Amino acid sequence: MKEREMKYMMFVCTDTEPDTDKADLPDIDTWVAENDARGRRLDGHELAATTTATTVRVRNGELLVSDGPFTETKEVIVGYDLLECADLDEAIEVARTHPMARAGRIELRPFADLPFRQRD
Amino acid sequence: MTDANPVCGGAAQAAADGEGVDVAQVVGVVGKDAFARIVATLIRVTGDWTLAEDCAQEALTLALERWPAEGVPANPGGWLMTVARNRAIDVLRRVSTERRKLQELASLTLTDTGPAPVRKEDVVDDRLRLIFTCCHPALRLEARVALTLRTICGIPTADIARAFLVSESTMTRRLTRAKTKIADAGIPYRVPTGPALAERLPGVLAVLYLLFTRGYDAGGEPAFADEAIRLVRLLEQLMPDQPEISALLALFLFQHSRRDARRDADGNLLTLDKQDRSRWDHAAIAEGLEILARAGKNGPHARQDGPYALQARIAACHATATSADATDWPAIATWYDELARIQPSPVIELNRAVAHGYAYGPKAGLALVAAARAGGALDDYAPALAAEGDLTARAGDRDRAAALFRQAAALSHLEPERHALLDRADQLSS
Repeated sequence: MKEREMKYMMFVCTDTEPDTDKADLPDIDTWVAENDARGRRLDGHELAATTTATTVRVRNGELLVSDGPFTETKEVIVGYDLLECADLDEAIEVARTHPMARAGRIELRPFADLPFRQRD
Repeated sequence: MTDANPVCGGAAQAAADGEGVDVAQVVGVVGKDAFARIVATLIRVTGDWTLAEDCAQEALTLALERWPAEGVPANPGGWLMTVARNRAIDVLRRVSTERRKLQELASLTLTDTGPAPVRKEDVVDDRLRLIFTCCHPALRLEARVALTLRTICGIPTADIARAFLVSESTMTRRLTRAKTKIADAGIPYRVPTGPALAERLPGVLAVLYLLFTRGYDAGGEPAFADEAIRLVRLLEQLMPDQPEISALLALFLFQHSRRDARRDADGNLLTLDKQDRSRWDHAAIAEGLEILARAGKNGPHARQDGPYALQARIAACHATATSADATDWPAIATWYDELARIQPSPVIELNRAVAHGYAYGPKAGLALVAAARAGGALDDYAPALAAEGDLTARAGDRDRAAALFRQAAALSHLEPERHALLDRADQLSS
């Protein structure tokens, strides 16, 4: 299954319990440069603060636009990276070296359109 | 029959040559190993867990139908593999045009009569791959244990459901979800290499430990303990340079050696000091000691015991004591000091306190119990109050000890344990 390339959306999040290790965080520019060079990072960006967010809904044909969301949670998505990796272990390897793996947390979500699925 | 050669097990071979063969038994003996091997190989080739399991199951069913009339083939494992592979080819032909998988399946050169049909390294690698995949940290711990039982041990879903106290349909859903996650999240079917191996191995060993505990617990299914030992033996053969694997095997052997002595005639659990030591399995203890000595000498970290090695050394002290009074408590206390240092937890601190209490007197023990309970994590833990009660009684304060045993009884959910604690309280009050 080596040849199977998987796409993962990597959500970069804050966390209320960051790493207490005092060692310096890894360098984000190095991380970006290295993963771009290896073709594992296709795209990515930091996001503006949640105070700039706008929520759009349609209910019964009516457009509802509102400010926010301003959830109580302090654990929010602050950026994303789009990865292409052989498998989850490679994606984990990419994620572990991101500075926010220690300062916050990383959520890895595979794309749903897979070359083959499990029979259920 | 040894785990190293799952294809042509000695028992099956003997049965194949002999008269009056109990075919169901042969399928049982060959099947257990053959099932895991076939599943592992078919998963590698097709990437489809359910297909692999279905085909392995069908091969076993067909064997049960045919072997009584036609006789057991000379190479039962190869026969089963051939049937399962052909079945997988049929299914894939019908449902897909995935040529590459079909070609790979077809190229698994198998015969009914020849020696082991695929390279031994493949057999070994496939099973190891399967263990590491089932135990991937991206799966929930409970799902890892269930998947290991189902896929590697071939235990029926209904039996696993019973052990987990859920319905069969719930367990089926959980297993399906785990298998779907493996496929959809891209969990690789592979033994990790380099530093990742060292990171993942503790997770694999934790699953095996849990498996063993499920078999060893008061209400557990003993077959799970046997399976855990079988798997850790396999792992030890495949990765002999990992001292923690050997240590875990030794630990299992020491604990399992007491299986026939742990209960009285009424089925109540007996503590170590009340067990008839002549009923311990002394061959298993000897093997455990030999493994532990080897692991300590040859391991790359010979002077740095891991948590399983320390637990095994503690278990070895108990296993080699000729009586409860002859137990080397100072040695046990030292191992607990080390264990508490590398893997601190309230329960380990409590056990450490008990060991110190036996080694250096109840006052020393009580001081450590107080420290262990300081965080509050043991407040609702009956064994903590019982241990404090025991030390308090030995320090001479019978009234306070009785009160502690009553508190412990109130917290206990297990009727026999509750009974024993209240008995102890009554003895102290009288």
